[in-house]
Amino acid sequence: MSVLSVRSLSKTFGGVHAVNEVSFDIGKGEFLALIGPNGAGKSTTFNMINGQLAPDAGDILIGDKSICGLAPRDIWRLGVGRTFQVAATFGSMTVVENVQMALISHAGRILSLWRPAASLYRERALELLAQVGMADAADRPSRELAYGDVKRIELAIALANDPQLLLMDEPTAGMAPRERNDLIKLVKTLVIERGISVLFTEHSMDVVFSYADRIIVLARGRLIADGDAAAIRDNAKVREVYFGTGKTFQEASS
Amino acid sequence: MTLSAFLFQAINGLSTASGLFFIAAGLSLIFGVTRIVNIAHGSLYMLGTYIAYSLAMKIGGAVGFWGGIVLTALIVGAIGALIEVVLLRRIYRAPELFQLLATFALVLVINDATLWLWGPEDLLGPRAPGLAGAVEIFGRRLPSYDLFLIVIAPAALIVLHFALAKTRFGRLMRAATQDREMVGALGVNQAVLFTSVFALGAMLAGLGGALQVAREPANLATDLAVIGDAFVVVVVGGMGSISGAYLAAIIIAEVKALCIAIGVVDLGFMSVNFSKFTLVAEFIVMAIVLIARPYGLLGKPQGNVRSVAEPENPIRPATPMLKMLGAVILVLLLALPLMAQTSPYLLVLGTDVLIAVIFATSLHFIMGPGGMHSFGHAAYFGLGAYGAALLMKLAGLPMLAALLAAPLVALIGALLFGWFAVRLSGVYLAMLTLAFAQIVWALVFQWEGFTGGSNGVIGVWPAAPFDKSGAYFLLALACAVAAILLLRRFLFAPFGYAMRAGRDSPLRAEAIGIDVKRIHWLGFAIAGCVCGIAGGLFAFAKGSISPEAISVTRSIDGLVMVLLGGIQTLVGPVVGASVYAVLQDTVMRQTEYWRALLGVIILVLVLAFPQGIAGALSSLTRKLGRKSGGAA
Ligand SMILES: Nc1ncnc2c1ncn2[C@@H]1O[C@H](COP(=O)(O)OP(=O)(O)O)[C@@H](O)[C@H]1O
Ligand SMILES: [Mg+2]
Repeated sequence: MSVLSVRSLSKTFGGVHAVNEVSFDIGKGEFLALIGPNGAGKSTTFNMINGQLAPDAGDILIGDKSICGLAPRDIWRLGVGRTFQVAATFGSMTVVENVQMALISHAGRILSLWRPAASLYRERALELLAQVGMADAADRPSRELAYGDVKRIELAIALANDPQLLLMDEPTAGMAPRERNDLIKLVKTLVIERGISVLFTEHSMDVVFSYADRIIVLARGRLIADGDAAAIRDNAKVREVYFGTGKTFQEASS
Repeated sequence: MTLSAFLFQAINGLSTASGLFFIAAGLSLIFGVTRIVNIAHGSLYMLGTYIAYSLAMKIGGAVGFWGGIVLTALIVGAIGALIEVVLLRRIYRAPELFQLLATFALVLVINDATLWLWGPEDLLGPRAPGLAGAVEIFGRRLPSYDLFLIVIAPAALIVLHFALAKTRFGRLMRAATQDREMVGALGVNQAVLFTSVFALGAMLAGLGGALQVAREPANLATDLAVIGDAFVVVVVGGMGSISGAYLAAIIIAEVKALCIAIGVVDLGFMSVNFSKFTLVAEFIVMAIVLIARPYGLLGKPQGNVRSVAEPENPIRPATPMLKMLGAVILVLLLALPLMAQTSPYLLVLGTDVLIAVIFATSLHFIMGPGGMHSFGHAAYFGLGAYGAALLMKLAGLPMLAALLAAPLVALIGALLFGWFAVRLSGVYLAMLTLAFAQIVWALVFQWEGFTGGSNGVIGVWPAAPFDKSGAYFLLALACAVAAILLLRRFLFAPFGYAMRAGRDSPLRAEAIGIDVKRIHWLGFAIAGCVCGIAGGLFAFAKGSISPEAISVTRSIDGLVMVLLGGIQTLVGPVVGASVYAVLQDTVMRQTEYWRALLGVIILVLVLAFPQGIAGALSSLTRKLGRKSGGAA
């Protein structure tokens, strides 16, 4: 059974079909890339799966449970972690506290008024930070970090509730090519270790073609292709979308 | 009551709406373009009445009156331009809270300037030349001038509407209201645009105030009374919408007129005098609209241009040094009753300071870590104070029981108001909390039979052994220490972290399963509850409680205390409240112009000292390379 099924999902913004009748599935442990030019509807798709936006039509299933109409926090409780296109962390907390908050919430202890938060689940948080290579920065204020590092923190936060599905919207935006590669590689290893399914968007085609198990392509809100790297590379419609604008895959990624 | 009396009140309401429209339209235009809520707009309106009065008296005759009104509008417009250039221009990029406080400082300064120039007496202007008579409507006499007012507001609305639609300036203004970046990109001189808009808004307020000269006396309390109404109108109508301002002005004025027209209603078991609830009614209308249509009847959701506050450091447990310092201060305070035997005033002052500390610490709890800038914390102070006083007076509760009940009464109020407040943010939250505080104020002011009206409740004296000022001081000290430690504990617990999480990034907080609204609601309730303790202590310390003690100035005092100490530090509110309460008791009591003094303090804080005392000290110690607890 699929971990996530998206069924004929649609969303319009004042006449613009941001997402139009999109359907796809993610299997367990699958590393699925969602690609497409800017404005294709990728973030909108993420926001609907994550509960931030309500779809106009269609359905979203986690396992066999429909999650339409649920709030982001309820969807998170079903084991869906998320990183944002514009990285979002708690700037007034240290790096490790950011991760601790996710762990505390996962344990249902957010309303606790007595035990100091900084002492709760610190060990576990440090472990998670070590996994994303950020253990050294644990006690620094998170707002002081470089953008690429913030993305790693987000990843550690997203892993805190042992998700079965990870949604990563442009996890490498704003990173140098080398860093991009490293981060996606890291995610891929974690995914294989833990059997998590991942849906991610990424502009660098090199990265996508080398790591993704499968690729789906959005253009103007429509799903135009679904397949492995070779199939997507040779797909005429995809070539039209990217090359039709006179751009190569690489240029389109800038 | 008769239908004709009813209709007469309705027409009367229309003429009241006229003044409301002018001030609200100006407020709304300014907010639309500059995103500043100008609390001093009521002051400009008030200045309009005073200046028009002087012109009418000095020049005299029809020229002095009608010419004076036009001239007044121009003068107030010029004053507005001056304010924009000298002050507001410096704070467009500042956090919203600072903008609100800076314009409130102007209220204080302008009020004292007016007092200095015109004196404390009410000044009634001459009758309007040419419109001094009255017409008979529904069997009653309506001044012709009121009819003129009814006509002038829609006339002005039409003129403004066409000016905005047809002129280049108007198009620029509308573009700026929708998208500020775009105007910058078009190469428009933003500074000139902002100054002109502020001048235009000020002119409208001045005109509205000037038009009142033949109807109501110029009065020093007008500024705050009118800005309260104007807030309600702007929020109901929709920020930035002039037609909305007109519609809302009519609705509000008519609701009030309706209350007066209904008058006393016999409900069988008790009779209610609706004319006493005009203030309550208007704020209820506002609360309903804000909940149903958060952007007002004709407003559009505003683009998110919330300025972010200064980045904040992680909180750290108190350093040994801070703990020591706290212990030393506590010992000194415990010894104060012994030392103060020769000067009992010291204990009274000390008790005032402790009450202020509880008040400010509870406000800081939601303002700082919660990011909710409440402009109505006086409400919970008032609920605590009146709750305790009335429970003792009317229900015969013993003093300590009444004091214990104070936070519970405040808690109930905070749970109710907070539920609405956390649904909004930024200036809308500020205005809604202010509105709730005004409801509480209006209730105690207008419900004479229960609360004693403007006289308040008197004879609320503490029972033995707390009737001695030393013992009462120690009681207040115990409450203050407990409140500080408790709130501090909460802030270090997951709950406090969750409050900050919801403030730092609601998106991320929700994405890790935190129900931000619920957390902020509970935070609001806790703060209100603790604030109620301050209110209860206040009532027994003074032996009385009156509406004056819970007015909007108390809310603003709280904001100033928090800022003075430093909003980003946990000891800030304690330091700020202490310094401010001592200042208030010593320096400010010495001068008649304490408002202006307070205004200047606020402006200095906002413009030069945004971190506050504790904030500046802690960044100083950090700079000196010491490992002192950053935000402790
Ligand atoms: N909140 C919104 N309001 C209006 N239009 C939006 C909104 N969010 C996205 N859009 C529009 O929907 C389309 C898809 O946007 P998005 O999902 O962000 O694309 P992508 O992430 O693929 O770049 C774009 O045309 C965008 O302008
Ligand atoms: Mg996107």
